[in-house]
Amino acid sequence: MDSTGPEIMTKPKRKINWQKVAPYLFVSPFIIAFLLFSVYPFVSAIKMSFEQVNGIAGSTWIGLRNYKQLFGLNEFYAALWNVFRYTIWTLLILIPLPMLVAFVINRKGTPLKGFFKSVYFAPVLTSTVIAGLIFRYAFSDDKTGVFNQWLSVFHLGPFDWLENAHTAMFALVIIAVWRWIGVNTIYFLSGLQGISPDIYEAADMDGANGWQKFRYITIPMLKPITIYVLTISIQAGFSLFNESYVYWGAESPNNIGTTLVTLIYKTAFTDGNFGLSCAVGVALFIIVTVVNAIQTKLMGLYDN
Amino acid sequence: MHSIKRQKIINNSLAFIFLGLIAIAVLIPFYFMLVSSFKNVAQIFSNGLNVNIDFSKMNLDNYKALWTNRNGIYWLWYRNSLIITIVQTILVLVLTSMVGYGLAMYRFKGRNLIFIVVLIMMMFPGDVLTIPLYYLITKLGLLNTYAGVILPGVVPAGTIFFFRQFCMGLAPDYAESARLDGCGEFRIFWNIYVPLMKPAFGAMTILTTMGAWNSFLWPLIVMKSDTNFVIPAGLLSAMTPYGNNYQLLFAGSVMSIVPIMLIFIFNQKAFQDGFVVGGVKG
Repeated sequence: MDSTGPEIMTKPKRKINWQKVAPYLFVSPFIIAFLLFSVYPFVSAIKMSFEQVNGIAGSTWIGLRNYKQLFGLNEFYAALWNVFRYTIWTLLILIPLPMLVAFVINRKGTPLKGFFKSVYFAPVLTSTVIAGLIFRYAFSDDKTGVFNQWLSVFHLGPFDWLENAHTAMFALVIIAVWRWIGVNTIYFLSGLQGISPDIYEAADMDGANGWQKFRYITIPMLKPITIYVLTISIQAGFSLFNESYVYWGAESPNNIGTTLVTLIYKTAFTDGNFGLSCAVGVALFIIVTVVNAIQTKLMGLYDN
Repeated sequence: MHSIKRQKIINNSLAFIFLGLIAIAVLIPFYFMLVSSFKNVAQIFSNGLNVNIDFSKMNLDNYKALWTNRNGIYWLWYRNSLIITIVQTILVLVLTSMVGYGLAMYRFKGRNLIFIVVLIMMMFPGDVLTIPLYYLITKLGLLNTYAGVILPGVVPAGTIFFFRQFCMGLAPDYAESARLDGCGEFRIFWNIYVPLMKPAFGAMTILTTMGAWNSFLWPLIVMKSDTNFVIPAGLLSAMTPYGNNYQLLFAGSVMSIVPIMLIFIFNQKAFQDGFVVGGVKG
Protein backbone atom coordinates (compact mmCIF):
# COMPACT_ATOMS: atom_id res chain seq x y z
CA MET A 1 0.00 0.00 0.00
CA ASP A 2 2.68 2.44 1.05
CA SER A 3 5.23 1.37 -1.56
CA THR A 4 7.27 4.20 -3.10
CA GLY A 5 10.60 2.88 -4.27
CA PRO A 6 11.26 0.55 -7.20
CA GLU A 7 9.89 -2.95 -6.73
CA ILE A 8 13.01 -4.93 -6.16
CA MET A 9 11.55 -7.62 -3.90
CA THR A 10 8.08 -8.24 -5.29
CA LYS A 11 7.37 -11.48 -3.49
CA PRO A 12 7.93 -10.52 0.16
CA LYS A 13 6.07 -7.26 -0.48
CA ARG A 14 2.90 -9.08 -1.52
CA LYS A 15 3.09 -11.19 1.60
CA ILE A 16 3.29 -8.13 3.79
CA ASN A 17 0.16 -6.80 2.16
CA TRP A 18 -1.65 -10.02 2.84
CA GLN A 19 -0.62 -9.81 6.43
CA LYS A 20 -2.33 -6.43 6.61
CA VAL A 21 -5.50 -7.52 4.86
CA ALA A 22 -5.83 -10.90 6.56
CA PRO A 23 -7.07 -9.69 9.98
CA TYR A 24 -9.92 -7.80 8.32
CA LEU A 25 -10.89 -10.92 6.39
CA PHE A 26 -10.79 -12.96 9.60
CA VAL A 27 -13.04 -10.59 11.52
CA SER A 28 -15.34 -9.85 8.57
CA PRO A 29 -17.94 -12.53 9.53
CA PHE A 30 -18.53 -10.71 12.80
CA ILE A 31 -18.68 -7.28 11.18
CA ILE A 32 -21.17 -8.45 8.54
CA ALA A 33 -23.33 -10.33 11.05
CA PHE A 34 -23.13 -7.45 13.52
CA LEU A 35 -24.28 -4.90 10.93
CA LEU A 36 -26.96 -7.11 9.41
CA PHE A 37 -28.34 -8.94 12.45
CA SER A 38 -27.65 -6.49 15.28
CA VAL A 39 -27.19 -2.87 14.18
CA TYR A 40 -29.80 -2.88 11.43
CA PRO A 41 -32.51 -4.57 13.56
CA PHE A 42 -31.63 -2.41 16.55
CA VAL A 43 -32.03 0.78 14.54
CA SER A 44 -35.25 -0.66 13.08
CA ALA A 45 -36.53 -1.47 16.56
CA ILE A 46 -36.01 2.11 17.67
CA LYS A 47 -37.55 3.47 14.47
CA MET A 48 -40.52 1.07 14.62
CA SER A 49 -41.19 2.04 18.23
CA PHE A 50 -42.16 5.49 16.91
CA GLU A 51 -44.33 4.08 14.15
CA GLN A 52 -47.68 2.56 13.54
CA VAL A 53 -46.58 -0.59 11.72
CA ASN A 54 -49.09 -1.90 9.21
CA GLY A 55 -47.34 -5.03 8.00
CA ILE A 56 -46.32 -5.03 4.34
CA ALA A 57 -48.51 -1.97 3.72
CA GLY A 58 -45.89 0.25 5.32
CA SER A 59 -45.58 2.35 8.45
CA THR A 60 -46.61 5.78 9.64
CA TRP A 61 -44.67 7.94 12.05
CA ILE A 62 -46.75 8.48 15.18
CA GLY A 63 -44.17 10.04 17.49
CA LEU A 64 -44.43 8.97 21.11
CA ARG A 65 -47.88 7.39 20.86
CA ASN A 66 -46.59 3.81 21.30
CA TYR A 67 -44.74 4.86 24.43
CA LYS A 68 -47.79 6.71 25.75
CA GLN A 69 -49.85 3.59 25.17
CA LEU A 70 -47.17 1.47 26.82
CA PHE A 71 -47.05 3.65 29.94
CA GLY A 72 -50.83 3.38 30.16
CA LEU A 73 -50.79 -0.43 30.13
CA ASN A 74 -51.29 -2.30 33.38
CA GLU A 75 -49.55 -5.26 31.75
CA PHE A 76 -46.38 -3.24 31.34
CA TYR A 77 -46.17 -2.36 35.04
CA ALA A 78 -47.05 -5.93 35.97
CA ALA A 79 -44.29 -7.17 33.67
CA LEU A 80 -41.76 -4.72 35.11
CA TRP A 81 -42.66 -5.67 38.66
CA ASN A 82 -42.52 -9.39 37.84
CA VAL A 83 -39.13 -9.36 36.12
CA PHE A 84 -37.76 -7.08 38.81
CA ARG A 85 -38.84 -9.44 41.61
CA TYR A 86 -37.74 -12.45 39.60
CA THR A 87 -34.27 -10.98 39.03
CA ILE A 88 -33.89 -10.03 42.70
CA TRP A 89 -34.94 -13.49 43.87
CA THR A 90 -32.66 -15.30 41.44
CA LEU A 91 -29.74 -13.09 42.51
CA LEU A 92 -30.49 -13.56 46.22
CA ILE A 93 -30.42 -17.33 45.79
CA LEU A 94 -28.19 -17.97 42.81
CA ILE A 95 -25.18 -16.02 44.04
CA PRO A 96 -24.74 -17.09 47.70
CA LEU A 97 -25.93 -20.70 47.35
CA PRO A 98 -23.66 -21.70 44.44
CA MET A 99 -20.81 -19.82 46.14
CA LEU A 100 -21.32 -21.97 49.21
CA VAL A 101 -21.67 -25.14 47.12
CA ALA A 102 -18.46 -24.30 45.26
CA PHE A 103 -16.71 -23.67 48.57
CA VAL A 104 -17.82 -27.04 49.93
CA ILE A 105 -16.84 -28.87 46.73
CA ASN A 106 -13.48 -27.12 46.69
CA ARG A 107 -12.56 -27.87 50.31
CA LYS A 108 -10.06 -30.63 51.02
CA GLY A 109 -11.59 -33.99 51.89
CA THR A 110 -15.07 -33.56 50.42
CA PRO A 111 -15.99 -36.90 48.84
CA LEU A 112 -17.36 -37.46 45.29
CA LYS A 113 -16.58 -33.94 44.01
CA GLY A 114 -16.65 -34.91 40.33
CA PHE A 115 -19.94 -36.74 40.71
CA PHE A 116 -21.66 -33.78 42.37
CA LYS A 117 -20.32 -31.35 39.79
CA SER A 118 -21.76 -33.50 36.97
CA VAL A 119 -25.14 -33.94 38.63
CA TYR A 120 -25.52 -30.22 39.29
CA PHE A 121 -24.69 -29.53 35.70
CA ALA A 122 -27.38 -31.81 34.24
CA PRO A 123 -30.37 -29.39 34.47
CA VAL A 124 -28.82 -26.77 32.23
CA LEU A 125 -28.61 -29.38 29.46
CA THR A 126 -32.37 -29.70 29.53
CA SER A 127 -34.42 -27.26 27.50
CA THR A 128 -36.32 -24.77 29.67
CA VAL A 129 -39.45 -25.74 27.81
CA ILE A 130 -39.14 -29.39 28.71
CA ALA A 131 -38.14 -28.61 32.28
CA GLY A 132 -41.01 -26.13 32.48
CA LEU A 133 -43.51 -28.74 31.33
CA ILE A 134 -42.39 -31.13 34.05
CA PHE A 135 -42.63 -28.39 36.68
CA ARG A 136 -46.01 -27.35 35.31
CA TYR A 137 -47.38 -30.78 36.15
CA ALA A 138 -45.64 -30.90 39.48
CA PHE A 139 -47.40 -27.60 40.31
CA SER A 140 -50.84 -28.74 39.14
CA ASP A 141 -53.49 -27.32 41.42
CA ASP A 142 -55.45 -30.40 42.42
CA LYS A 143 -54.64 -32.29 45.59
CA THR A 144 -52.64 -34.90 43.76
CA GLY A 145 -50.11 -32.56 42.15
CA VAL A 146 -46.68 -33.50 43.42
CA PHE A 147 -46.00 -30.31 45.39
CA ASN A 148 -49.46 -30.37 46.93
CA GLN A 149 -49.01 -34.01 47.85
CA TRP A 150 -45.76 -33.22 49.63
CA LEU A 151 -47.27 -30.27 51.47
CA SER A 152 -50.28 -32.32 52.55
CA VAL A 153 -47.88 -34.29 54.70
CA PHE A 154 -47.50 -31.10 56.75
CA HIS A 155 -51.25 -30.41 56.50
CA LEU A 156 -50.63 -27.46 54.18
CA GLY A 157 -52.44 -26.54 50.98
CA PRO A 158 -53.55 -27.55 48.45
CA PHE A 159 -52.43 -24.42 46.63
CA ASP A 160 -53.43 -23.13 43.22
CA TRP A 161 -49.74 -22.70 42.45
CA LEU A 162 -50.03 -21.14 39.05
CA GLU A 163 -53.08 -18.96 39.82
CA ASN A 164 -51.68 -16.85 42.66
CA ALA A 165 -49.04 -14.13 42.39
CA HIS A 166 -46.77 -15.34 45.22
CA THR A 167 -46.77 -19.03 44.37
CA ALA A 168 -46.43 -18.15 40.68
CA MET A 169 -43.22 -16.27 41.44
CA PHE A 170 -42.03 -19.23 43.49
CA ALA A 171 -42.76 -21.55 40.57
CA LEU A 172 -40.70 -19.33 38.25
CA VAL A 173 -37.78 -18.88 40.62
CA ILE A 174 -37.51 -22.57 41.45
CA ILE A 175 -36.92 -23.48 37.79
CA ALA A 176 -34.17 -20.87 37.62
CA VAL A 177 -32.55 -22.15 40.80
CA TRP A 178 -32.78 -25.76 39.65
CA ARG A 179 -31.40 -24.94 36.23
CA TRP A 180 -28.56 -22.57 37.05
CA ILE A 181 -27.19 -23.73 40.38
CA GLY A 182 -24.69 -26.01 38.61
CA VAL A 183 -23.44 -23.43 36.14
CA ASN A 184 -22.94 -20.75 38.76
CA THR A 185 -21.18 -23.30 40.96
CA ILE A 186 -18.79 -24.04 38.10
CA TYR A 187 -18.13 -20.31 37.66
CA PHE A 188 -17.35 -19.85 41.34
CA LEU A 189 -15.26 -23.03 41.42
CA SER A 190 -13.08 -21.66 38.65
CA GLY A 191 -12.58 -18.56 40.77
CA LEU A 192 -11.77 -20.60 43.87
CA GLN A 193 -9.14 -22.56 42.00
CA GLY A 194 -7.37 -19.26 41.49
CA ILE A 195 -7.06 -18.79 45.26
CA SER A 196 -3.83 -20.22 46.61
CA PRO A 197 -4.35 -22.97 49.24
CA ASP A 198 -1.62 -21.25 51.28
CA ILE A 199 -4.06 -18.53 52.26
CA TYR A 200 -6.45 -21.09 53.74
CA GLU A 201 -3.59 -22.87 55.47
CA ALA A 202 -2.41 -19.62 56.99
CA ALA A 203 -5.98 -19.03 58.18
CA ASP A 204 -6.03 -22.53 59.67
CA MET A 205 -2.86 -21.69 61.59
CA ASP A 206 -4.57 -18.61 62.97
CA GLY A 207 -7.43 -20.83 64.09
CA ALA A 208 -10.06 -19.56 61.66
CA ASN A 209 -13.18 -21.71 61.42
CA GLY A 210 -14.94 -22.68 58.17
CA TRP A 211 -17.36 -19.77 58.23
CA GLN A 212 -14.61 -17.21 58.86
CA LYS A 213 -12.57 -18.60 56.00
CA PHE A 214 -15.62 -18.42 53.72
CA ARG A 215 -16.52 -14.91 54.82
CA TYR A 216 -13.09 -13.27 54.90
CA ILE A 217 -11.16 -15.12 52.19
CA THR A 218 -13.52 -16.76 49.74
CA ILE A 219 -16.11 -14.03 49.22
CA PRO A 220 -13.66 -11.16 48.61
CA MET A 221 -11.52 -13.27 46.28
CA LEU A 222 -14.56 -14.16 44.19
CA LYS A 223 -15.51 -10.56 43.44
CA PRO A 224 -14.54 -10.46 39.74
CA ILE A 225 -16.51 -13.62 39.02
CA THR A 226 -19.41 -12.34 41.08
CA ILE A 227 -19.56 -9.23 38.88
CA TYR A 228 -19.63 -11.43 35.79
CA VAL A 229 -22.38 -13.69 37.20
CA LEU A 230 -24.36 -10.63 38.31
CA THR A 231 -24.14 -9.07 34.85
CA ILE A 232 -25.34 -12.13 32.94
CA SER A 233 -27.97 -12.94 35.59
CA ILE A 234 -29.46 -9.45 35.40
CA GLN A 235 -29.62 -9.70 31.62
CA ALA A 236 -31.20 -13.16 31.78
CA GLY A 237 -33.57 -12.23 34.63
CA PHE A 238 -35.04 -9.19 32.91
CA SER A 239 -35.32 -11.20 29.66
CA LEU A 240 -37.37 -13.99 31.26
CA PHE A 241 -39.65 -15.66 28.72
CA ASN A 242 -39.52 -19.44 28.30
CA GLU A 243 -40.58 -20.48 31.79
CA SER A 244 -43.45 -18.01 31.86
CA TYR A 245 -44.58 -19.02 28.39
CA VAL A 246 -44.58 -22.71 29.29
CA TYR A 247 -46.62 -22.08 32.45
CA TRP A 248 -49.17 -19.65 31.05
CA GLY A 249 -48.65 -19.01 27.34
CA ALA A 250 -48.69 -15.36 26.32
CA GLU A 251 -51.37 -14.33 28.83
CA SER A 252 -51.42 -15.22 32.51
CA PRO A 253 -54.30 -14.72 35.01
CA ASN A 254 -54.08 -11.16 36.41
CA ASN A 255 -50.69 -10.88 34.70
CA ILE A 256 -49.01 -12.87 37.48
CA GLY A 257 -46.55 -14.33 34.97
CA THR A 258 -46.32 -11.49 32.43
CA THR A 259 -42.74 -10.49 31.60
CA LEU A 260 -41.28 -7.88 29.27
CA VAL A 261 -40.47 -10.51 26.66
CA THR A 262 -43.89 -12.21 26.87
CA LEU A 263 -45.26 -8.70 26.32
CA ILE A 264 -43.02 -8.28 23.26
CA TYR A 265 -44.33 -11.59 21.97
CA LYS A 266 -47.98 -10.96 22.81
CA THR A 267 -48.25 -7.40 21.49
CA ALA A 268 -46.66 -8.50 18.22
CA PHE A 269 -47.98 -11.97 17.52
CA THR A 270 -51.34 -11.94 19.35
CA ASP A 271 -52.36 -8.29 18.99
CA GLY A 272 -50.45 -7.54 15.76
CA ASN A 273 -49.14 -4.25 17.20
CA PHE A 274 -45.50 -4.39 16.10
CA GLY A 275 -44.77 -0.75 16.92
CA LEU A 276 -45.87 -1.17 20.52
CA SER A 277 -43.92 -4.43 20.69
CA CYS A 278 -40.74 -2.61 19.64
CA ALA A 279 -41.39 0.05 22.31
CA VAL A 280 -41.41 -2.74 24.91
CA GLY A 281 -38.13 -3.99 23.43
CA VAL A 282 -36.54 -0.55 23.71
CA ALA A 283 -37.73 -0.34 27.33
CA LEU A 284 -36.13 -3.73 28.02
CA PHE A 285 -32.87 -2.56 26.48
CA ILE A 286 -32.80 0.65 28.54
CA ILE A 287 -33.62 -1.15 31.78
CA VAL A 288 -30.97 -3.85 31.36
CA THR A 289 -28.34 -1.32 30.34
CA VAL A 290 -29.08 1.06 33.22
CA VAL A 291 -29.29 -1.68 35.86
CA ASN A 292 -26.05 -3.27 34.70
CA ALA A 293 -24.31 0.09 34.55
CA ILE A 294 -25.34 0.82 38.15
CA GLN A 295 -24.43 -2.67 39.28
CA THR A 296 -20.96 -2.69 37.75
CA LYS A 297 -20.36 0.81 39.16
CA LEU A 298 -21.45 -0.20 42.67
CA MET A 299 -19.34 -3.34 42.51
CA GLY A 300 -16.32 -1.20 41.68
CA LEU A 301 -15.62 -2.64 38.23
CA TYR A 302 -14.34 0.75 37.03
CA ASP A 303 -12.14 1.41 40.06
CA ASN A 304 -8.36 1.15 39.89
CA MET B 1 -4.76 -35.69 67.49
CA HIS B 2 -7.69 -38.07 67.66
CA SER B 3 -10.24 -35.33 68.07
CA ILE B 4 -8.88 -33.45 65.04
CA LYS B 5 -9.31 -36.57 62.96
CA ARG B 6 -12.84 -37.02 64.24
CA GLN B 7 -13.62 -33.39 63.49
CA LYS B 8 -12.41 -33.95 59.92
CA ILE B 9 -14.65 -36.98 59.47
CA ILE B 10 -17.61 -35.01 60.80
CA ASN B 11 -16.88 -32.08 58.49
CA ASN B 12 -16.53 -34.36 55.47
CA SER B 13 -19.79 -36.08 56.34
CA LEU B 14 -21.57 -32.75 56.70
CA ALA B 15 -20.20 -31.65 53.33
CA PHE B 16 -21.38 -34.92 51.80
CA ILE B 17 -24.87 -34.58 53.27
CA PHE B 18 -25.16 -30.96 52.11
CA LEU B 19 -24.09 -31.78 48.57
CA GLY B 20 -26.12 -34.99 48.55
CA LEU B 21 -29.36 -33.23 49.47
CA ILE B 22 -28.87 -30.70 46.69
CA ALA B 23 -28.08 -33.53 44.27
CA ILE B 24 -31.35 -35.25 45.15
CA ALA B 25 -33.31 -32.03 44.64
CA VAL B 26 -31.61 -31.52 41.28
CA LEU B 27 -32.40 -35.06 40.12
CA ILE B 28 -36.08 -35.16 41.16
CA PRO B 29 -37.47 -33.58 37.96
CA PHE B 30 -35.49 -36.07 35.86
CA TYR B 31 -36.99 -38.85 37.94
CA PHE B 32 -40.51 -37.49 37.33
CA MET B 33 -39.86 -37.34 33.63
CA LEU B 34 -38.39 -40.81 33.37
CA VAL B 35 -41.05 -42.54 35.47
CA SER B 36 -43.89 -40.72 33.72
CA SER B 37 -42.56 -41.67 30.32
CA PHE B 38 -43.30 -45.34 31.08
CA LYS B 39 -46.79 -44.71 32.38
CA ASN B 40 -50.19 -44.64 30.81
CA VAL B 41 -51.11 -41.02 30.18
CA ALA B 42 -54.62 -41.31 31.62
CA GLN B 43 -53.09 -42.80 34.74
CA ILE B 44 -50.63 -39.93 35.15
CA PHE B 45 -53.22 -37.22 34.82
CA SER B 46 -56.13 -38.78 36.64
CA ASN B 47 -54.02 -38.54 39.77
CA GLY B 48 -52.12 -35.34 39.22
CA LEU B 49 -48.56 -36.16 38.36
CA ASN B 50 -48.32 -39.58 39.92
CA VAL B 51 -44.70 -40.64 40.04
CA ASN B 52 -44.75 -43.76 42.15
CA ILE B 53 -42.96 -46.71 40.60
CA ASP B 54 -45.25 -49.63 39.86
CA PHE B 55 -43.72 -51.91 37.27
CA SER B 56 -46.99 -53.74 36.58
CA LYS B 57 -48.44 -50.49 35.23
CA MET B 58 -45.37 -49.31 33.33
CA ASN B 59 -44.71 -50.02 29.66
CA LEU B 60 -43.15 -48.68 26.48
CA ASP B 61 -46.41 -47.50 24.87
CA ASN B 62 -45.45 -43.83 25.04
CA TYR B 63 -42.20 -44.51 23.22
CA LYS B 64 -44.06 -46.47 20.54
CA ALA B 65 -46.46 -43.55 20.24
CA LEU B 66 -43.57 -41.33 19.16
CA TRP B 67 -43.75 -43.22 15.86
CA THR B 68 -47.51 -43.64 15.50
CA ASN B 69 -48.95 -40.42 16.95
CA ARG B 70 -49.81 -38.05 14.08
CA ASN B 71 -47.80 -40.20 11.68
CA GLY B 72 -44.65 -39.81 13.72
CA ILE B 73 -44.55 -36.01 13.66
CA TYR B 74 -42.23 -36.18 16.66
CA TRP B 75 -39.43 -37.51 14.48
CA LEU B 76 -39.97 -34.64 12.03
CA TRP B 77 -39.35 -32.25 14.94
CA TYR B 78 -36.36 -34.34 15.90
CA ARG B 79 -35.00 -34.14 12.35
CA ASN B 80 -35.55 -30.37 12.27
CA SER B 81 -33.75 -29.94 15.59
CA LEU B 82 -30.89 -32.14 14.39
CA ILE B 83 -30.44 -30.32 11.07
CA ILE B 84 -30.61 -26.87 12.67
CA THR B 85 -28.25 -27.86 15.47
CA ILE B 86 -25.65 -29.48 13.23
CA VAL B 87 -25.60 -26.75 10.57
CA GLN B 88 -25.64 -23.95 13.10
CA THR B 89 -22.86 -25.53 15.16
CA ILE B 90 -20.60 -26.00 12.14
CA LEU B 91 -21.14 -22.43 10.91
CA VAL B 92 -20.69 -20.95 14.39
CA LEU B 93 -17.45 -22.85 14.98
CA VAL B 94 -15.88 -21.98 11.63
CA LEU B 95 -16.86 -18.29 11.70
CA THR B 96 -16.26 -17.46 15.37
CA SER B 97 -12.93 -19.28 15.50
CA MET B 98 -11.78 -17.15 12.57
CA VAL B 99 -12.90 -13.94 14.22
CA GLY B 100 -11.44 -14.89 17.61
CA TYR B 101 -8.16 -15.86 15.96
CA GLY B 102 -8.05 -12.63 13.98
CA LEU B 103 -8.65 -10.54 17.08
CA ALA B 104 -5.99 -12.34 19.08
CA MET B 105 -3.23 -12.89 16.54
CA TYR B 106 -3.03 -9.64 14.58
CA ARG B 107 -2.48 -6.03 15.54
CA PHE B 108 -4.56 -3.89 13.24
CA LYS B 109 -6.48 -0.65 13.19
CA GLY B 110 -9.91 -1.09 14.74
CA ARG B 111 -8.98 -4.21 16.67
CA ASN B 112 -9.80 -2.78 20.07
CA LEU B 113 -13.01 -1.22 18.84
CA ILE B 114 -14.20 -4.55 17.43
CA PHE B 115 -13.30 -6.32 20.64
CA ILE B 116 -15.27 -3.76 22.69
CA VAL B 117 -18.25 -4.27 20.40
CA VAL B 118 -17.97 -8.02 21.00
CA LEU B 119 -18.00 -7.41 24.76
CA ILE B 120 -21.02 -5.11 24.51
CA MET B 121 -22.89 -7.66 22.41
CA MET B 122 -22.29 -10.28 25.09
CA MET B 123 -24.37 -8.21 27.51
CA PHE B 124 -26.97 -7.07 24.99
CA PRO B 125 -30.51 -8.40 25.64
CA GLY B 126 -31.07 -10.03 22.26
CA ASP B 127 -34.85 -10.23 22.65
CA VAL B 128 -34.98 -6.51 21.80
CA LEU B 129 -34.21 -7.49 18.21
CA THR B 130 -36.92 -10.14 17.89
CA ILE B 131 -39.48 -8.13 15.92
CA PRO B 132 -37.12 -6.37 13.45
CA LEU B 133 -35.30 -9.66 12.87
CA TYR B 134 -38.65 -11.27 12.15
CA TYR B 135 -39.29 -8.54 9.55
CA LEU B 136 -35.82 -8.97 8.08
CA ILE B 137 -36.22 -12.73 7.78
CA THR B 138 -39.63 -12.22 6.20
CA LYS B 139 -38.21 -9.74 3.69
CA LEU B 140 -35.41 -12.16 2.79
CA GLY B 141 -38.07 -14.82 2.15
CA LEU B 142 -36.65 -17.06 4.87
CA LEU B 143 -39.77 -17.45 7.00
CA ASN B 144 -40.51 -21.10 7.75
CA THR B 145 -37.03 -22.21 6.60
CA TYR B 146 -34.00 -23.65 8.36
CA ALA B 147 -31.91 -20.74 7.10
CA GLY B 148 -34.26 -18.28 8.80
CA VAL B 149 -33.75 -20.01 12.13
CA ILE B 150 -30.00 -20.44 11.75
CA LEU B 151 -28.66 -17.28 10.10
CA PRO B 152 -29.17 -14.58 12.75
CA GLY B 153 -27.24 -16.66 15.28
CA VAL B 154 -24.17 -17.79 13.34
CA VAL B 155 -21.62 -15.33 14.78
CA PRO B 156 -22.42 -15.14 18.51
CA ALA B 157 -20.28 -12.73 20.52
CA GLY B 158 -19.77 -15.08 23.48
CA THR B 159 -18.17 -17.73 21.29
CA ILE B 160 -15.91 -15.16 19.62
CA PHE B 161 -14.83 -13.99 23.05
CA PHE B 162 -13.99 -17.56 24.06
CA PHE B 163 -11.86 -18.24 20.98
CA ARG B 164 -10.15 -14.87 21.32
CA GLN B 165 -9.25 -15.59 24.94
CA PHE B 166 -7.99 -19.04 24.00
CA CYS B 167 -5.86 -17.75 21.09
CA MET B 168 -4.33 -15.07 23.30
CA GLY B 169 -2.66 -17.96 25.11
CA LEU B 170 -1.13 -19.44 21.94
CA ALA B 171 2.41 -18.63 20.85
CA PRO B 172 2.60 -16.34 17.77
CA ASP B 173 6.03 -17.79 16.85
CA TYR B 174 4.57 -20.58 14.71
CA ALA B 175 2.93 -17.99 12.48
CA GLU B 176 6.19 -16.04 12.12
CA SER B 177 8.23 -19.01 11.03
CA ALA B 178 5.46 -20.30 8.75
CA ARG B 179 5.38 -16.89 7.06
CA LEU B 180 9.12 -17.07 6.47
CA ASP B 181 8.49 -20.43 4.80
CA GLY B 182 6.02 -18.72 2.49
CA CYS B 183 2.86 -20.05 4.05
CA GLY B 184 -0.31 -18.04 3.36
CA GLU B 185 -2.27 -16.39 6.17
CA PHE B 186 -5.34 -18.60 5.93
CA ARG B 187 -3.22 -21.75 5.75
CA ILE B 188 -1.39 -20.66 8.88
CA PHE B 189 -4.76 -20.44 10.61
CA TRP B 190 -6.17 -23.65 9.19
CA ASN B 191 -3.13 -25.95 9.23
CA ILE B 192 -1.25 -24.69 12.28
CA TYR B 193 -3.58 -22.93 14.70
CA VAL B 194 -6.85 -24.80 14.27
CA PRO B 195 -5.21 -28.03 15.50
CA LEU B 196 -3.80 -26.09 18.46
CA MET B 197 -7.29 -24.79 19.22
CA LYS B 198 -8.73 -28.27 19.60
CA PRO B 199 -9.69 -27.93 23.29
CA ALA B 200 -11.47 -24.67 22.52
CA PHE B 201 -13.35 -26.33 19.67
CA GLY B 202 -14.36 -29.14 22.03
CA ALA B 203 -15.83 -26.81 24.61
CA MET B 204 -17.55 -24.60 22.04
CA THR B 205 -19.00 -27.53 20.10
CA ILE B 206 -20.79 -28.64 23.20
CA LEU B 207 -22.01 -25.22 24.28
CA THR B 208 -23.21 -24.32 20.79
CA THR B 209 -24.92 -27.67 20.33
CA MET B 210 -26.66 -27.25 23.65
CA GLY B 211 -27.86 -23.74 22.85
CA ALA B 212 -29.10 -24.66 19.36
CA TRP B 213 -30.75 -27.90 20.49
CA ASN B 214 -32.69 -26.16 23.26
CA SER B 215 -33.51 -22.85 21.57
CA PHE B 216 -37.19 -22.04 21.64
CA LEU B 217 -38.53 -18.53 21.05
CA TRP B 218 -36.78 -17.77 17.77
CA PRO B 219 -37.58 -21.09 16.04
CA LEU B 220 -41.14 -20.76 17.36
CA ILE B 221 -41.48 -17.41 15.61
CA VAL B 222 -39.77 -18.38 12.35
CA MET B 223 -41.32 -21.82 11.86
CA LYS B 224 -44.97 -21.43 10.97
CA SER B 225 -46.08 -24.95 10.08
CA ASP B 226 -46.13 -27.67 12.73
CA THR B 227 -44.08 -30.08 10.60
CA ASN B 228 -41.25 -27.52 10.73
CA PHE B 229 -41.20 -27.15 14.52
CA VAL B 230 -38.15 -27.94 16.60
CA ILE B 231 -38.57 -30.33 19.55
CA PRO B 232 -39.31 -27.82 22.34
CA ALA B 233 -41.88 -25.92 20.27
CA GLY B 234 -43.37 -29.20 19.07
CA LEU B 235 -43.72 -30.67 22.53
CA LEU B 236 -45.28 -27.48 23.82
CA SER B 237 -47.72 -27.48 20.90
CA ALA B 238 -48.58 -31.08 21.77
CA MET B 239 -49.90 -29.80 25.07
CA THR B 240 -53.04 -28.25 23.61
CA PRO B 241 -56.13 -29.90 25.08
CA TYR B 242 -57.50 -30.52 21.58
CA GLY B 243 -54.50 -32.33 20.22
CA ASN B 244 -54.66 -35.35 22.53
CA ASN B 245 -50.90 -35.65 22.18
CA TYR B 246 -49.97 -35.93 25.84
CA GLN B 247 -48.39 -39.30 25.12
CA LEU B 248 -45.60 -37.50 23.30
CA LEU B 249 -44.71 -35.27 26.19
CA PHE B 250 -42.69 -37.34 28.63
CA ALA B 251 -41.27 -39.94 26.25
CA GLY B 252 -40.48 -37.15 23.80
CA SER B 253 -38.74 -35.15 26.51
CA VAL B 254 -36.62 -38.12 27.52
CA MET B 255 -35.62 -38.82 23.91
CA SER B 256 -34.71 -35.16 23.37
CA ILE B 257 -32.44 -35.11 26.40
CA VAL B 258 -30.66 -38.36 25.51
CA PRO B 259 -28.27 -37.02 22.83
CA ILE B 260 -27.18 -33.99 24.82
CA MET B 261 -26.70 -36.12 27.95
CA LEU B 262 -24.55 -38.57 26.01
CA ILE B 263 -22.38 -35.76 24.65
CA PHE B 264 -22.09 -34.41 28.18
CA ILE B 265 -21.18 -37.71 29.83
CA PHE B 266 -18.41 -38.33 27.32
CA ASN B 267 -17.06 -34.77 27.37
CA GLN B 268 -17.61 -33.54 30.89
CA LYS B 269 -14.29 -31.83 31.16
CA ALA B 270 -14.72 -29.91 27.93
CA PHE B 271 -18.19 -28.88 29.11
CA GLN B 272 -17.01 -27.43 32.33
CA ASP B 273 -13.92 -25.84 30.81
CA GLY B 274 -16.20 -24.27 28.23
CA PHE B 275 -18.14 -22.46 30.88
CA VAL B 276 -15.11 -21.54 32.88
CA VAL B 277 -12.70 -20.19 30.28
CA GLY B 278 -15.44 -18.63 28.17
CA GLY B 279 -17.00 -16.85 31.04
CA VAL B 280 -14.45 -15.88 33.52
CA LYS B 281 -10.97 -15.40 32.24
CA GLY B 282 -10.20 -12.09 30.68
